[in-house]
Amino acid sequence: MVPLWMYLAVAAALFAIGVFGVLSRRNAVAILMSVELMLNAVNINLVAFWRYSETGTDLLLNGYVFTAFVLIVAAAEAAVGLAIIITVYRNRRSVIPEEARALKG
Amino acid sequence: MELNAISIGFIVFTIFTLGGAIGVVTTRNLFQGTIWLMVSLFGVAGYFVLLSAPFLAAVQVLVYIGAIAILITFAVMLTRSVARIKVRYMRLLPSLIGSLALFLILLLGVTMPIFGAHPPGSIPDYVASTRDLGAALVDENGYVVPFLLASVLLTAAMIGAIFIARDENA
Repeated sequence: MVPLWMYLAVAAALFAIGVFGVLSRRNAVAILMSVELMLNAVNINLVAFWRYSETGTDLLLNGYVFTAFVLIVAAAEAAVGLAIIITVYRNRRSVIPEEARALKG
Repeated sequence: MELNAISIGFIVFTIFTLGGAIGVVTTRNLFQGTIWLMVSLFGVAGYFVLLSAPFLAAVQVLVYIGAIAILITFAVMLTRSVARIKVRYMRLLPSLIGSLALFLILLLGVTMPIFGAHPPGSIPDYVASTRDLGAALVDENGYVVPFLLASVLLTAAMIGAIFIARDENA
C-alpha cells in the first residue's frame, strides 16, 4: 500500500513545477497551463486526504465533493482566461502579459 | 513499500504526472506543451483510480483532457505570435530557486510530522461510492447549495467567455 506522504510529495512536486511555470514563462497560455498543473496538485492532495482519513460509521464526502468543485471552477477559469488572452492578442498582437499594460498607472 | 499492482501503478503515474509537468514548463513549442499537459493530467487521473475515486478519474479525463486541453490547443493556434517569442523564460534563476525552495519546504512539511502525527498506515476498508456522491450532491443536508452555485458559476463563465471573446468588428 502506498503511504499517504508519497501522494503528498508528488503533489508538492507538481505544485512546485506549476509555480515555476507561472513565474518564469513569458507566454500567457503557458502560464495558464501551469496554473492548471497547480490545480491538479491540489486535487491530488484533496483526494488523498479524503481516502486516507478515518471515516468511522458515517459517510464523509467533503474531499470528494471539494475536488469535483475544483474541477468545475478550473473549467470556468480556463474558459474565461483563454477568452481574455484571445481578446488581448486581437487588440495588441501579443500574448506576453507584460505588454498588456494599458491600465497601468 | 512492497511491489504490487498499486505501487507499480503509482510509480508509472508519477512518471506520467511529473514528466508531463516538466514537459509543460520546458517545451519551446506550446503545441507540444498541450500534449505534455494531457500526459500529466492523465497521470493525475490514474492517481484518482488508485485512490478509489473512479468517478473523479472519468471526470478528469472528460473535462481536463477532453475540454480544457482542447481549449488550450485552440488558444495556442489562435495566438500564432508564439514563433515571435524568442525568449522562453524571464527571471529564470529566481523562479527556479523560489520553486525549488517551495518544493523543499512542502516536502519537509509532508514527510516530517510537523503538523500533527501521521495518520495510521492502513486506509479505511469502506469507501464512499459514486452512488453516495450523487445522493450527497442533491441532499438538502448535503451539498445541494454549492451544487446549484456551481451551475450558476458555469453559466456565468460561459456567457462571460463568449462576451469577452466576441469580435466587435465582425
